[in-house]
Amino acid sequence: MSTTYDIAIGSEGPALEVRDLSVFYGETKAVDSVSLSVPERGVVALIGPSGCGKTTLLRCFNRMNDLIKAARVDGAVEFGGVDLYDASVDPVEVRRRIGMVFQKPNPFPKSIYDNVAFGPRINGFQGDLDALVEESLRQAALWDEVSDRLGDSAYALSGGQQQRLCIARTLAVKPQIVLMDEPASALDPIATQRIEELIYELKKQYTIVIVTHNMQQAARISDYTAFLYMGKLIEYGPTDAIFTNPREERTEAYVTGRFG
Amino acid sequence: MTRSERPVDDAARTAFHRRRRLAGSVFAVVCGAATLVGVVALAVLLADVFADGFRELDVAFLTSFASRFPERAGIKAALAGSIWIVSLTALIAFPLSVAAAIYLEEYAPRSWVTRAIQTNIANLAGVPSIVYGILGLALFVRALGLDRSVISGALTLSLLVMPVIIMAAQEALRAVPSTIREAAYGLGATRWQVVRTQVLPMAMPGILTGTILALSRAVGETAPLIMVGAVGFLAFTPQGLSDSFTVLPLQIYNWVSRPQDEFRALAAAGIIVLLTLLLTMNAVAIILRNRYSSRS
Ligand SMILES: Nc1ncnc2c1ncn2[C@@H]1O[C@H](COP(=O)(O)OP(=O)(O)OP(=O)(O)O)[C@@H](O)[C@H]1O
Ligand SMILES: [Mg+2]
Repeated sequence: MSTTYDIAIGSEGPALEVRDLSVFYGETKAVDSVSLSVPERGVVALIGPSGCGKTTLLRCFNRMNDLIKAARVDGAVEFGGVDLYDASVDPVEVRRRIGMVFQKPNPFPKSIYDNVAFGPRINGFQGDLDALVEESLRQAALWDEVSDRLGDSAYALSGGQQQRLCIARTLAVKPQIVLMDEPASALDPIATQRIEELIYELKKQYTIVIVTHNMQQAARISDYTAFLYMGKLIEYGPTDAIFTNPREERTEAYVTGRFG
Repeated sequence: MTRSERPVDDAARTAFHRRRRLAGSVFAVVCGAATLVGVVALAVLLADVFADGFRELDVAFLTSFASRFPERAGIKAALAGSIWIVSLTALIAFPLSVAAAIYLEEYAPRSWVTRAIQTNIANLAGVPSIVYGILGLALFVRALGLDRSVISGALTLSLLVMPVIIMAAQEALRAVPSTIREAAYGLGATRWQVVRTQVLPMAMPGILTGTILALSRAVGETAPLIMVGAVGFLAFTPQGLSDSFTVLPLQIYNWVSRPQDEFRALAAAGIIVLLTLLLTMNAVAIILRNRYSSRS
């Protein structure tokens, strides 16, 4: 059985309330009856060994799993009191409100400016696009490096810059929640540190759910940590408690690196 | 097997290496020879054609109609006919094929119906062109009453090239990385927005290349156009969709089959014109492709 601590939910209610969520790829169950609530304006880290279902669970939060033909989702993810998997919900609208940053930087083969402007444009943004692009790039701590070459191809940026561009691109749509799947896994320590500082800044405004393989990173940046193992949620609670005083043996084994 | 038990027969190993290297050299020579056969054949063909046809090639040749008298005969009708046919074919086949490819790749459910359609398209690409000619004759010329006209010819060739363009376009769409699609969906794009703003522009160079290659084949087609009524001797250029027409390969064939040597030379000149048209189309393809890739 899993252990879940009391999660301090603010007056606005949880950002996401996951209820008994299971995901199947064909016959195999990749996520097994997970329930957890993500508090507003907090950072939740998803940790666990490779293949335990972190990415799959994260992709449920903005219905990215709809794009995988073999995937089938059971259970509910409530967002503002509405189940995202309700038949009346438009997945396009869900993804506009709940943005995602992927494991590998995936900028479009367009200019830096057009990358950031893409989301607002397709969503019919009426306003000062230049200002929005600048604001988003500033939020992603990339503005100073690219302000004089916004017309250059995004492919001309370094990996770490590309990933920050992808974050800026996500922020430009003004989502309420930002999902990040190992956003720093392809980056060097310095670029990683910049992303972490960025997350620290972003959590003042956004709710963030981040998948990470890096225990120190989870400990540094998150308020709450969920430990998944073989598709099951083993333990979910304040990051301090999970790392210093876990209640489950498997959690302790994993966070102390004695997993096997 | 432990390390010490491994065969350490040096002589055998050296012999093996020598044989292996020899096999590599022989293979390279064979491949080189095969390439040479193709290049030499092409060079001889071109030299022969140019030697025969170059004298005949002048403005008068391009601006005169066919004639019983070789010194007055020109290629105007056939050149105009080929340009009409290939332009109309492009206009009809390109949008239809791209739409079909987008449907099959991006929208169609993975059902047995889709698979059956897919298999059929692959098979259609291999159907001999004369069969399309018979279909065009029955469908466009007779059933739809379009008669022996430019539009019948273009529609028939459209059927002929569509399977090839569809498959090339599908290939190009499939080559667009899924990470790009996910990025666009993740920003709240609809399926149509993903296709229009990301997938199609990225696939366009490949689609254009496939299209031009298919159209180049169409320019050289003779049999299906004879079926739908292209004529071998014409003294006017098509003015509209319902006019009769002739095309370059047919005119060339017509000249070659005459006994007089002068007509042979005309045929060679006609071949030069046809090759020039093909090279122009390929150049257009390259320009379009570069324009597209530099924009993205
Ligand atoms: N598209 C898919 N089709 C079928 N099975 C899949 C698919 N994606 C993931 N799986 C399976 O689901 C399980 C969970 O995968 P998931 O990608 O969620 O793991 P993860 O925790 O993110 O792992 P990692 O840390 O290596 O990224 C794995 O057993 C994986 O093989
Ligand atoms: Mg993963």
